[in-house]
Amino acid sequence: MSRSERERDVAVIGVGMHPYGKWGRSFVEYGVVAARAALADAGITLDDVQFIAGGDTMRNGYQGYVAGATFAQALGWTGVPVSSAYGACASGAMAIQAARAQILAGFCDVALVVGADTAPQGFFGPAPGERWNDPDWLRFRVLGATNPTYFGLYARRRMELHGATLDDFAAVKVKNSRHGAQNPNARYRKEFTLEEISASPVVADPLRLVDICATSDGAAAVVLSSRDYARSRDVDAPVRVIGVSTVTPTYPNTYVDMPDIGTDSAAAVDPPALSYRDSIAAAAYEEAGAGPDDVSFAEVYDLSTALELDWYENIGLCGPGEAEKLLREGDTTLGGRVPVNPSGGLACFGEAIPAQAIAQLCEVTWQLRGTAGARQVENARVGLAINQGLFGHGSCIIATR
Amino acid sequence: MTAKPEVVEVEGWFGSDSDGAYLVGSRCTACGSYFFPKQTFACRNPRCGSTELDEVPLSRRGRVWSSTTNHFAPPPPYPAREPFEPYTVVAVELPAERMVVLGHLVRDADPAALRIGDEVEVVIEPFYESGDATHTVWKWRPVP
Ligand SMILES: [Zn+2]
Repeated sequence: MSRSERERDVAVIGVGMHPYGKWGRSFVEYGVVAARAALADAGITLDDVQFIAGGDTMRNGYQGYVAGATFAQALGWTGVPVSSAYGACASGAMAIQAARAQILAGFCDVALVVGADTAPQGFFGPAPGERWNDPDWLRFRVLGATNPTYFGLYARRRMELHGATLDDFAAVKVKNSRHGAQNPNARYRKEFTLEEISASPVVADPLRLVDICATSDGAAAVVLSSRDYARSRDVDAPVRVIGVSTVTPTYPNTYVDMPDIGTDSAAAVDPPALSYRDSIAAAAYEEAGAGPDDVSFAEVYDLSTALELDWYENIGLCGPGEAEKLLREGDTTLGGRVPVNPSGGLACFGEAIPAQAIAQLCEVTWQLRGTAGARQVENARVGLAINQGLFGHGSCIIATR
Repeated sequence: MTAKPEVVEVEGWFGSDSDGAYLVGSRCTACGSYFFPKQTFACRNPRCGSTELDEVPLSRRGRVWSSTTNHFAPPPPYPAREPFEPYTVVAVELPAERMVVLGHLVRDADPAALRIGDEVEVVIEPFYESGDATHTVWKWRPVP
């Protein structure tokens, strides 16, 4: 399908990344590399940028809390306004939404969005100190409820309710590792075999180490512009963002979400018709005037292999309990009906938290332009990228060309 | 050797009476919504917002929503036993409250035998030992 331009579309005129890894350098450096790559890709200079939106990082000191200004200073102050947004793994979507709102409100024509992180080793822990009133600290202290604990709960539930098997989870890993092996920005570019996966140690039963995404250093940046600006630059059929969702849950959210120790109660009010994850995609579809049938490929937040299967259902690629069938029939593999995570996903990148939603839009843009090389999705018309940040942050972006 | 005194790991989160252990939550006096951990200043139901909340014992029994066993020591501040012992986190649906509450599975239960929908009850059990005390916490125990 082709979609005519609409009032609320913004153009993606440049994208760029810093490759993911464990580089051990400052997140600011990665962000500058990604930003410069995006500006070069757009064929513009910093002087053309009228707004800079940063995705914050919480583990790199004050510079990380004011990421917009940090990147603006590192690129060289030009006097433009900045914003800095934190929404955990959804920080990048918040930054994209801030830039989009500035453009659609007419405050600017060109905005640069940057997210970058330098990540610690191993499991994410809470911020240091003793904080008996902080739910994120308490879940580690009283329960040892690490992030993989929650992924394990979801995975186990999926196995019992929908008949997912360890082989299915392994198949997700094999698929994504095959996709990511073709991606120069990926950190892990090795194709996994079923034997290697079954030899991996169990972390949070039933999930193994290779089922769970690592934490990485990396960065991503995009240049967004008004449609008029893109036309004035003679950008031929630019990729357009047609829907962005940054919704929070609706009370009562009775699904166990990080960092809950107890969910909301539905004693007084029935839960909403749509689960929180379903509602993240639904809001983006509504804005885009599109539905799951329009989606040619998707980038979903595979914090674990099992969670990727949940997302198939949350974004409407299939009904509840049908994700395993979709996977087993090869529909979500490159060459299939609706490839999922053609980039290789978090399985091959690891997460660099504030860069994540921006990196997803980079991949969506390369796919829609038809420049994704060996991992190109055929006939890529509409791409959807979704993720969720802890503490109730939705992130979904739909783009087309 | 005398047993170390027991201290609760989190003050005011659980208690016990002649019927056994219970979790302490709060209940909005206006709309009836429950909260755990306790909500002390205002109801989170967006159509309510009452500031009148009572401390109440929660249902002592619930049904397994899911569970998972951790095989690696989590980062601080978790007081991991030395040597590290795997531990199982169970998510339990409480019937009256219509909410899910996490907790550890008791140490002597078999995590592999747990199924969604199994009935479990809350108990108070040792969590870890410090120099001068045994710290206790709430856990879930399968109901035979
Ligand atoms: Zn209330």
